[in-house]
Amino acid sequence: MSENILFISESSEEAASGSQLTLGLDDLILTKGMATSAGSKMLAGFKSLFDARVYERLHEAGCAVAGKVNIGEFGIDLLGETSHFGPVLTAEGQLTTAASQLLANGSVDAVVGLDVNGAQARAAALAGQVYLKPTYGCVSRFGTVAVACSGETVDVSACSTEVVQQVLDTLAGHDDADGTSLPESECARLKSANSEAAPITQVKVARGLLATADEATQQLIEAAIATLEAEGIAVSDTAPETDKLLSVANLAWNILMCAELCNNVNRFEGMKYGYHAEKCQSIDELYTKSRTEAFGSLLKTAILYGSEVLATNNYDRCYDKALRIRRLVLEALTEECAGGTALLLPACAKRAYSLAEVEANPNLAFEENRFTAPAAITGLPALVAGGVQLLGNAFSETALLRLGAVLSSANLAGKEA
Amino acid sequence: MTAYETVIGLEVHIELATNSKIFCSCTNGSDADPNTHVCPACCGMPGMLPVANREVINLGMTAGMMLNCDINRTTTFDKKSYYYPDLPASYQTTQWFAPVAVNGHVTIETPEGPKDIRIKQIHMEEDAGKLVHDNLTFTTLVDFNRTSVPLIEIVSQPDLRNADEVEAYLERLRTLLRFAKVSGARMEKGTMRADVNLSVRPAGSQELGVRTEMKNMASIAAIRRAIEFETARHIDAIENGTEELVQETRGWNDDAGTSFSMRTKETAGDYRYFPDPNIMPIVIDDEWFDRIKASLPQLPEEKLEHYMAEIGLSEYDASALTQSRAFCDCFEGAMAAGAAAKDAANWIITNCAGILNKRGMTSDELPVPGSALGQLIALVDGGKLSSANGKRLLETLFDVAERGEAIPEDIAAFAETEGLLNSSDTGELEAVVAAVIAADPETAQAYRDGREKALNPLFGACMQQLKGKCDTQVLRELLIAELNKG
Repeated sequence: MSENILFISESSEEAASGSQLTLGLDDLILTKGMATSAGSKMLAGFKSLFDARVYERLHEAGCAVAGKVNIGEFGIDLLGETSHFGPVLTAEGQLTTAASQLLANGSVDAVVGLDVNGAQARAAALAGQVYLKPTYGCVSRFGTVAVACSGETVDVSACSTEVVQQVLDTLAGHDDADGTSLPESECARLKSANSEAAPITQVKVARGLLATADEATQQLIEAAIATLEAEGIAVSDTAPETDKLLSVANLAWNILMCAELCNNVNRFEGMKYGYHAEKCQSIDELYTKSRTEAFGSLLKTAILYGSEVLATNNYDRCYDKALRIRRLVLEALTEECAGGTALLLPACAKRAYSLAEVEANPNLAFEENRFTAPAAITGLPALVAGGVQLLGNAFSETALLRLGAVLSSANLAGKEA
Repeated sequence: MTAYETVIGLEVHIELATNSKIFCSCTNGSDADPNTHVCPACCGMPGMLPVANREVINLGMTAGMMLNCDINRTTTFDKKSYYYPDLPASYQTTQWFAPVAVNGHVTIETPEGPKDIRIKQIHMEEDAGKLVHDNLTFTTLVDFNRTSVPLIEIVSQPDLRNADEVEAYLERLRTLLRFAKVSGARMEKGTMRADVNLSVRPAGSQELGVRTEMKNMASIAAIRRAIEFETARHIDAIENGTEELVQETRGWNDDAGTSFSMRTKETAGDYRYFPDPNIMPIVIDDEWFDRIKASLPQLPEEKLEHYMAEIGLSEYDASALTQSRAFCDCFEGAMAAGAAAKDAANWIITNCAGILNKRGMTSDELPVPGSALGQLIALVDGGKLSSANGKRLLETLFDVAERGEAIPEDIAAFAETEGLLNSSDTGELEAVVAAVIAADPETAQAYRDGREKALNPLFGACMQQLKGKCDTQVLRELLIAELNKG
């Protein structure tokens, strides 16, 4: 397995004018011209018959797409380490994602991807970059490889809040081809033209969740609190009931994500396209061998887990309960975030992760996602800036980004040290 | 000897008569060349999202209302996972948790009087593709035209007791759904298929016996044979211990006249149903509900009563018309266009039915709208079109529809361009009459001598010269007048 492959496939597109952006698209976003592999051996070299809606929108806006960005297999891992094309490491030898590396070395202005399980949010937090997962339903998922449809959204990473907003202005909008797409009037609330958005005046800290992060991460949050207070933002704690719900949000998300993933990757059986096992005597053998040989072990774990939680005997106590928790978390967070409030929380528990750590605990992503699961399970928008995460109510993107600009420029990591 | 009772419940799959498929915009057409009505969505390619076809929900609600069901005001689509080569996404989108309609009934006639067969539920779902096996080359081809074609599945309670009741139930379903234009519901075309759930128990027992399910029965005759065979097999097993009955899915080999085991409960897969997150729950508000309710047709027996009591048709005519919704629509349309009820009924039952029969079409496929037939009848009644040419015009209208063209709005103008209208020039008629008499003076004289039948060959000769394009009454009068002159 080679290391530091950033683009899986590249294009020679150029931006329409100097002012337009050059972007990377992650490997779950389908394009006709460039192969889309979802980070998996199963789809290595797969060429879609059509372009994703987000790709069309970027093109129409005169942006250039430089290539398809390496990601972990079906986007469910910690930091892209399960990619069929190999993991990406920083100069210091720590795990990062190809998207963060491309932003860091200036190859692209922004990366548009599909957030499934928080990998890019974590990478942006570790690299001090800006990352936004917008409100569910505001950016079309048409043409993205489906993994966990009820929570996944198109996301944007860049080095500044301004660039993220600029990309969001292009991407947000209704799409008839996506049945979960919200009306245009609601999608438009994400755009910079929407100056009416109430500013964030209050921030709440989820102390219970914060206590599960390491010392350095907790200090980073304290530095963020100090910065926000200096800006006149009131800081308080979330209600204990909310803390309790947040502590099970990732368990519920793991159930929903794996169940949907299990069903969505059923279609990859080696027959119609993608990896095709050789010398099979029967169709059952072809299905089994193709999937055995082409899927990685974390994905197989997720498939088995998802298959179990959907089994007739387990449905009520696993899947159905997870749906109920989803509703409770959404109700609690909507109430907490009412009236111009955002939740302040880390995006991950540590300031760095090594490949050895993930090799020792391959399922680490399903534990570390406790900080990103609240946004995934509720569909609420989440912003990463200055190494910390802000989660707000639906359509609060412009307000989150304004506050994110403050956090980005505050050099929180420097203060914490 | 113990008397036994057969307990039967049916799951009936019916293809809906929509223009496009259930979750994509591909044409819903079964007769096309293989894999011509396909797109990335119904082929299970990654990246496509389902968008529910509203017409499917309209028809699902309509079926539910026709079968006296409660309509679930919030109805959802769910995913059912299994692997099979005809299922490209390896899951079927169906309704598991909140089907569109529940708790209905259908009334059938039995020798003991009317009987209600309870409907457990009606759910909407997508069809799978079609596998075509070639036993010579041991290859199998797959046709995805049928994938994502919309279906409803009508699940009955185990209220049926014998093959006659099953047949009456299927006939009644077919009539109701055809009348409501939900589906052509034709078993021979595969747009109606039934799974037969059957068990046997001692007569009078309240407990159900071991149930077997026979899949995909495609004709009523086959269903009758299968019920007879399975009943005998079950009784034989119970009485003589010839085999141990197990709950299982069985196939029916109609050629051999036997059923065979496909899979038992133990080997059946777990379908891992869960709500499809890409299709938002469908909320049926009062406006939508009322609109569908208002669109329901009169039942055939209501129409029969109406045609006899209020329109004054004979029972024969009324029942012939009410066999088909298209006949009823055409009849009512022709009357609205001014045709007399008896004339309209005759033209449909005799002439339209004759042409349909000749062309191998069903009564539901009648392509001539009532307004066109009404105009045609008015032309005949008004002496502008001969009866024979009226029939020719009707055939021509069938041809127009067969070419896929629209039936013309103005039938008189159409008949004119087709050259079928009567000549309105009496001068021409007089000239023809004179010429015919001059050409056959002997027959003319025979008529004058009192042989009335001699008029017929003269009349026929005139009609031949005029190519049928004349008002026969006028011609007859002219001919007699001319003969009497001489």
